Amino acid sequence: MSLAVEILISALLIIGGSFGLIGSFGLLKLREPMQRLHAPTKATTVGVGASLIAAALTLLWQTGSASWQGVMVAAFLFLTAPLSGLMLAKAHRHLSRPDLPPTGTKAPWAGETPPKP
Amino acid sequence: MSRLFPHPMLSATLCLAWLLLAGSIALNSLLMAACLATLIPLATQAYWPSRPKIRHPLRLISYIALVLYDVILANIQVARIILFMPADQIKSAWITVPVDLPCPEAIALLAGTITLTPGTLTAEFSADNKALLIHALHAPDPDATRAEIKSRYETRLQRIFR
Repeated sequence: MSLAVEILISALLIIGGSFGLIGSFGLLKLREPMQRLHAPTKATTVGVGASLIAAALTLLWQTGSASWQGVMVAAFLFLTAPLSGLMLAKAHRHLSRPDLPPTGTKAPWAGETPPKP
Repeated sequence: MSRLFPHPMLSATLCLAWLLLAGSIALNSLLMAACLATLIPLATQAYWPSRPKIRHPLRLISYIALVLYDVILANIQVARIILFMPADQIKSAWITVPVDLPCPEAIALLAGTITLTPGTLTAEFSADNKALLIHALHAPDPDATRAEIKSRYETRLQRIFR
């Protein structure tokens, strides 16, 4: 493996690892549950993304064939992360009932009963 | 044909996904891909009655590229907030974003984009699908955040979907 590729792969691994670490540190530092929900979105996007690119590059360099599994892992993460975030936010909203702004439309937020006239 | 394959795009995506996961185009992978591409759309079509109309598939690709670029920029921004901003100075806010998109698929795409770009998170939909509730990690100016989402993502999605 040539030096340039090794440096590139190491840099990607370090970037991925640091974003994972910052995401976890965010869980510790932030105060409110909704703020903490923001921190893990970092680990899944850039953190896991950079690690996967590094893995795919390593395989490409060693075996000469592209690995599509890594791309698929990234695609599945990008599909599922917003859904789990939405479900956690919904659970938080039903448990601790924060003050929400009005919807601006005639209907209430989903899951709320409309105010009786 | 449309009875056997109610969602041709979904069938094609499933087929491609299976072949990429299997990593080969041997006969057994092709058979399994064909089974999945037939059975999954049939089993889920009761929950997905309408077909999305994508007007410009090429613009969808450039939209994905734009979102990937924004994900990286916004990650750095949020990492800075987490590392260097004192916890009591972070101004989190709930923001209502009115949406004007023609189909549920486009709204789901917008909601997913908002969650993936860190710093904002889709938390709820209004019961009539005309507004999204967003939680922003640090938004000193909620109106600017709302305007950016509408101009940067929603107008592009409006052009892609009909």
